[in-house]
Amino acid sequence: MSDFWRPSCSPELLQARAELNFRLREFFRARQVLEVELPVLASSFVTDPFIEPVTARNAGHTYYLQSSPEYAMKRLLAEYQRCIYTLTKVFRAGECGSRHNPEFTMLEWYRVGLDDHGLMREVGELLCELIPGLDIHKLSYRQWFSDRWGVDPHTIALAELRALGKSLIEIDDTGLDKDAWLDLLVTHELEPSLPVGLTFVHDFPASQAALARIVDDEHGTPVARRFEAYLACSRGTAMELANGYWELTCASEQRRRFDCDLARRQTLGVPSYPVDEKLLGALERGMPACAGVALGVDRLLMQLHGLKRIGQTLSFEFSRA
Amino acid sequence: MATYSINDFRTGLKVMLDGDPCNIVENELVKPGKGQAFNRVKLRNLATGRVWDRTFRGSESLEGADVVDRDMEYLYTDGEFWHFMDPETFDQFAADAKAVSDSAKWLCEQDKCVVTLFNNAPLVVAAPNHVELEVTETDPGLKGDTAQGGTKPATLSTGAVVKVPLFMNIGDVIRVDTRTGEYLGRASKD
Repeated sequence: MSDFWRPSCSPELLQARAELNFRLREFFRARQVLEVELPVLASSFVTDPFIEPVTARNAGHTYYLQSSPEYAMKRLLAEYQRCIYTLTKVFRAGECGSRHNPEFTMLEWYRVGLDDHGLMREVGELLCELIPGLDIHKLSYRQWFSDRWGVDPHTIALAELRALGKSLIEIDDTGLDKDAWLDLLVTHELEPSLPVGLTFVHDFPASQAALARIVDDEHGTPVARRFEAYLACSRGTAMELANGYWELTCASEQRRRFDCDLARRQTLGVPSYPVDEKLLGALERGMPACAGVALGVDRLLMQLHGLKRIGQTLSFEFSRA
Repeated sequence: MATYSINDFRTGLKVMLDGDPCNIVENELVKPGKGQAFNRVKLRNLATGRVWDRTFRGSESLEGADVVDRDMEYLYTDGEFWHFMDPETFDQFAADAKAVSDSAKWLCEQDKCVVTLFNNAPLVVAAPNHVELEVTETDPGLKGDTAQGGTKPATLSTGAVVKVPLFMNIGDVIRVDTRTGEYLGRASKD
């Protein structure tokens, strides 16, 4: 191990990242979206059941390295009511693998007045500038499942979903709930077979709404106005690139979702962290109707350069950091 | 043995799964941004050789498997067991037919083998990649047919049957690749 001190990326990738950052900033500057910087270290943390913080100490108190700039950006939105973006490092404890690094770069932006479909169009425009000739596909979460297995993911019973899952995936399924099975089928079966290009999947199950509005779809089913963008620059490499919402703006519904998440965390036996009262304060004041999206910049670089490991896009991957 | 949590999983780790020792061949974190974390793991069952695709949840853990590979010398077979010796410690081990499996037909006394021990008992015996064995039975060689042309079956001193060129005769010593059962050439004479 005489090269333990060396970078994990090539000089070409170092250059490519600098160029990409420049082009991203150019894209938003041309559209008059303001670049903002947010605290990376904060006293509260997201309530997401499956995101764990990296903690830090300051002057005898515990703080959390932020897993997303979302809450701080929403407070800016409430105060200044204008379109903003940020390019920032975010942190998620324990996430390490060929597509995960505990510290990674996120591009997140909010568009006042747009809904999820309007924002999907803009994500497509950004990626088409970076990848000329990119094919764009769009389908609902329901269609994704019904095209493959003829089932409706919103209404399918747990027993039927489990039987389908067990026929495809070997796992000890004790206590796996419906969302866990849906995630397994997405990550093991649906995502890997997405076509080359950019695929938007929209209208997620209401149980996976996170901070998206829940609205009845054309079938009368309540669905989350949330989308995921998957990018594959070559066959079989599709990966989750971006996650967007038509944002929830109602403070009381937001508080209810926080409480739901905290109850879920308790059931799962994972610790809870202080809820961001400052976000709730901002929502009470009033956040403009808007859509927001977070995009993984390191994964975008992986796709642009046909790389298998996220570490190849990072100056120093976690094991060398 | 130690217990390993999913976060400790890495290629080459030996763990117990459904009662069999397994070697982790691949381990990949799968986690949707908003969803639960899973590990997609490829494991080779060391007893059967079968490769398993299993998915684990972050909260799961597996017991480590006491599995070691040791270089040993093949001594002899008594018909029921094949006996091996560690040339450094002189420890002797008896492997059954299940452990020796297909390797049996290549084993020649004093061959150097890799014996995988599970809880200190032979689990798998790997024959040397290349062995030199004498032809004990084959159709008579065809004179003049030394270069190209067909093949014929030949039985070797250990009982293995391989395809050899038509010019080979009983008593010839040949080199064989035990992984493919392929004839490699005439063994160089000492």
